[in-house]
Amino acid sequence: MSIARRILVTWLLFGVAAVGVCLLAPLVGSTSISLLRVFDSSVPFAENADAQIFFVARLPRVLAGALVGSSLAASGVVLQALLRNPLATPFTLGVSAGAALGAMLALTLDLSSGIAGFSAVPIASFAGSLGAVAIVYGLARARHRGLSTNVLLLAGVTLNSFFSALILFVQFLSDFTQTFRTVRWLMGDLDVSSYAPLMAAAPPIALSFAAFAVLPRRMNLLSVSDESAASRGVDVHSTQRLAFLSASLATGAAVSLGGPVGFIGIVVPHLIRLMVGADHRLVLPASAFGGAAFLVACDTVSRTALAPLEVPVGVVTAIIGGPFFLWLLIKDR
Amino acid sequence: MTDSGLAANRISFAYGSRARAGQDSSAEVLDDVSAFVPRGGLVGILGPNGSGKTTLLRLLAGLMRPSSGRIVLDGVDLHTIPRSTVARRMAMVPQETQLAFDYTVLEMATMGRYPHLGAFEIEGPEDLAIAREALTATGTHHLASRLFNTLSGGEKQRVVIAGALAQRPDILLLDEPTASLDLAYQLEIRSILQKLNRERGLTIVVSTHDLNFAASLCRELVLLHQGRVLAAGATGSMLEPALIRKLYGVDVDITANPRTGHVTVIPVARAHEAPRT
Repeated sequence: MSIARRILVTWLLFGVAAVGVCLLAPLVGSTSISLLRVFDSSVPFAENADAQIFFVARLPRVLAGALVGSSLAASGVVLQALLRNPLATPFTLGVSAGAALGAMLALTLDLSSGIAGFSAVPIASFAGSLGAVAIVYGLARARHRGLSTNVLLLAGVTLNSFFSALILFVQFLSDFTQTFRTVRWLMGDLDVSSYAPLMAAAPPIALSFAAFAVLPRRMNLLSVSDESAASRGVDVHSTQRLAFLSASLATGAAVSLGGPVGFIGIVVPHLIRLMVGADHRLVLPASAFGGAAFLVACDTVSRTALAPLEVPVGVVTAIIGGPFFLWLLIKDR
Repeated sequence: MTDSGLAANRISFAYGSRARAGQDSSAEVLDDVSAFVPRGGLVGILGPNGSGKTTLLRLLAGLMRPSSGRIVLDGVDLHTIPRSTVARRMAMVPQETQLAFDYTVLEMATMGRYPHLGAFEIEGPEDLAIAREALTATGTHHLASRLFNTLSGGEKQRVVIAGALAQRPDILLLDEPTASLDLAYQLEIRSILQKLNRERGLTIVVSTHDLNFAASLCRELVLLHQGRVLAAGATGSMLEPALIRKLYGVDVDITANPRTGHVTVIPVARAHEAPRT
């Protein structure tokens, strides 16, 4: 099969799978509804209970899952290629810790009133993630002509611990309710009940995905070695910058929408590589679609498994992802 | 044409900030180095560890800019030529290739087509044919569907050379191509390079610290010592005991091998330990 055909088939198969999961997931829940009745155009929307449950009550949450899952999985692929390390995750470089610090401050200071109609927590968490990105990026560029991936990695890991310490310190001083709200946020939550949060997160994610579109072939070369990529005409420095900034932006937006949902960014890319191989022109789109399908499926489990109790979706992905990650570590070694 | 080829014209280079260059010449890795690789040539850059071989090779490949002096390709300053144009003319084989991801051998060879394709262009049948032909030229076509990471060191090196050939360059630069290979693989790489030079007219530049590898492969040598050119010229005239003693600090016996006709260098002792004659 030619390379062009493999790319086309990958887009189609994984695209159809993702759309399929997103259409089926809203049918599952306390009230069972039918897809046929949802799209029955003979009944006006105001009288179509199934359509209302589908579009108003459940679809926003499913789309949030798709957006978050797709961003985290695709960012994972990009960062793994950039760091030449298949064990990197979207949270390795400190973005999520920055977001958590921002969210925690908003929750603790009780900024529930919000800013310009948007609630404060996602804004604070997005700002926190951008702050972390700026610090890590600044450090990795200092004293280097390009972007030092070593400094990137070490600065990210250090920042993660540092921000976690700040979060624990503020938690220690806070009262029980505030602490619980922060802990709950850290577990990841896709409880989105309107389209407004989606609209807020979509632009940065769209911008990142536009950058992802130009990256795959360059990432193939870059993941072999900087030197061979450069000798083949890849602008190594600008590619590294674009990869880091776009992956961080998508991660920051995803975390501000759904919280730091773990393991998507590593489990999905690895599963996809087992299926399609290592070529990033296949891995990146397949992971974006696969991440959407995986998180939407996990979220469906999280809201139905112990219904009416809702298991935090980050707990579900971690319970599935943790053992899988350990298996990856010992596989083929 | 006398300037047809790749030339280093009085280049100096220091790692670290470029602002520092020129102030402290002791920090320089290369100091006023000139070298010329004629079209169709087979040139070795020979020197001990730390003499600046790899740096010179990277500068010749245009991967870094010299702090002073110029690299000139067929009479044109290399840094005025767009990177993708350079990549269609010159290919580089790094010393060792370690992969974090499981690319197949064919994928590794096909990546060499990068400089020939537009931003969103996908390799077509012609590109795949070129990549497969490059694998054949290095005797690795039977490995095409294998994962690169499962190959032996010698097979990996040949696949990386195939990837470079898929770029369809006129000039191939290799950094210590046999440094981590055992004897049989060294001979194999040597015969592949000789064949490429002879049959395709490929210009080849290799950096190496291995005297006998250089002696049996290269027609011309540039001897590099502490970032300066110690001597340069035809291989036969470079392999003189006095020069080798200066280059490596080792006393050697040099004999012509009766079976191959190549000059063979046998280290005898560290120069300071050598008995006075």
